[in-house]
Amino acid sequence: MKALKVITNGIFKENPTLRLVLGTCPTLAVTTSAINGIGMGLSATVVLICSNVVISLTRKLIPDKVRIPAFITIIAGFVTIVQLLLKAYLPEIDRALGIFIPLIVVNCIILARAEMFASKNNVFYSALDGLGMGIGFTLALLIMGSIREFLGNGTIFGITVTANLFNPAIIMILPPGGFLTFGAVVGILNKVSKIKIQQHNCQTCGLKCGMHAEGKEVGA
Amino acid sequence: MTGNAVREMIVIIMGAILVENFVLTKFLGICPFLGVSKKLSTSLGMGGAVIFVMTIASAATWVVNKFLLVRFGLEYLQTVAFILVIASLVQFVETVLKKVIPPLYKALGIYLPLITTNCAVLGVALLNIQLEYNLAKSTVYGFGAGVGFTLAMILFSGVRERIELCDIPESLKGLPITLIAAALVSVSFFGFQGLFQ
Repeated sequence: MKALKVITNGIFKENPTLRLVLGTCPTLAVTTSAINGIGMGLSATVVLICSNVVISLTRKLIPDKVRIPAFITIIAGFVTIVQLLLKAYLPEIDRALGIFIPLIVVNCIILARAEMFASKNNVFYSALDGLGMGIGFTLALLIMGSIREFLGNGTIFGITVTANLFNPAIIMILPPGGFLTFGAVVGILNKVSKIKIQQHNCQTCGLKCGMHAEGKEVGA
Repeated sequence: MTGNAVREMIVIIMGAILVENFVLTKFLGICPFLGVSKKLSTSLGMGGAVIFVMTIASAATWVVNKFLLVRFGLEYLQTVAFILVIASLVQFVETVLKKVIPPLYKALGIYLPLITTNCAVLGVALLNIQLEYNLAKSTVYGFGAGVGFTLAMILFSGVRERIELCDIPESLKGLPITLIAAALVSVSFFGFQGLFQ
């Protein structure tokens, strides 16, 4: 039962993008189309599951003081693997996502899950947590990508769905459209769900950089 | 330097600040942009730290890439090498500042740990290699990108200080209205498109 709870936690209650507001850069940058969103989401999911497993396995070996650099190195290793696989087998996705593939290394979702979950739980639950968070991230990117592609290009997954009844608003697939769509989606979720996401701060971040504990919270 | 080279540098700097602003058109460094831009003073502190680290990191990663990775055919280790260089560089800068220029450390110190995971820094290192810039151009590009980041932060902190005083629908309070305001600021930066060719 706990296994199911761990998976659904990442998809709904603690959706990394829409509820915890982590990993905003790729969320805004790659969601110009639904397919790009899925490509980014799945790449990050693979890295999340692998890094969660390895970090969970090594959690008793890594000294507490150097754990963040150690985590980043493990994550960077898996990102390189994913990057090379994409280059070899899905070159179009690789070209569309560009530098945002290597930038998965600094995606806060992955480091946050390593710190908050994988370094405290066993391998099985850590893998499930990676899977759940990854699905949650992919779903959020798919929603954003579909909305932007529909309004900005009149298509979804490259198929024209508006029957050319209206002229697509190109601004939606340009940078301002990313901010606007993300704002609107979070606003609508705030309206329909009980938990309100009001701001991005140390509580939602989950990374213990030490500032929160010292009362020097930057965002607040 | 010849006049031509100087002009090229100016185009790189102004391009990185206005035309291809890292935050508003490239979507790099959004987390600190949303998280730390609430007050003008914190925006300035974060911006200063980012300019500092990005300029040094651009030069350092360029050197590592040219003399270690390319030389020994290890380009596939780029991501791993760069993030380690940036992480240790941030730690190094923090230690040196603390010892040598305490006032500057006091102003920028608390923002430094956050910078390792700022994707703008790794982003500029990767872009330098992708654009095939030389050492001087890389450093200048890193500096320009940092200034662009700071400009966006400062402008946006002004917008946010105004938002605080507005009557906003309950469900849009906080993050959603911040993002919508960012969309408008981003639209305004479109005015610079095609300024430098």
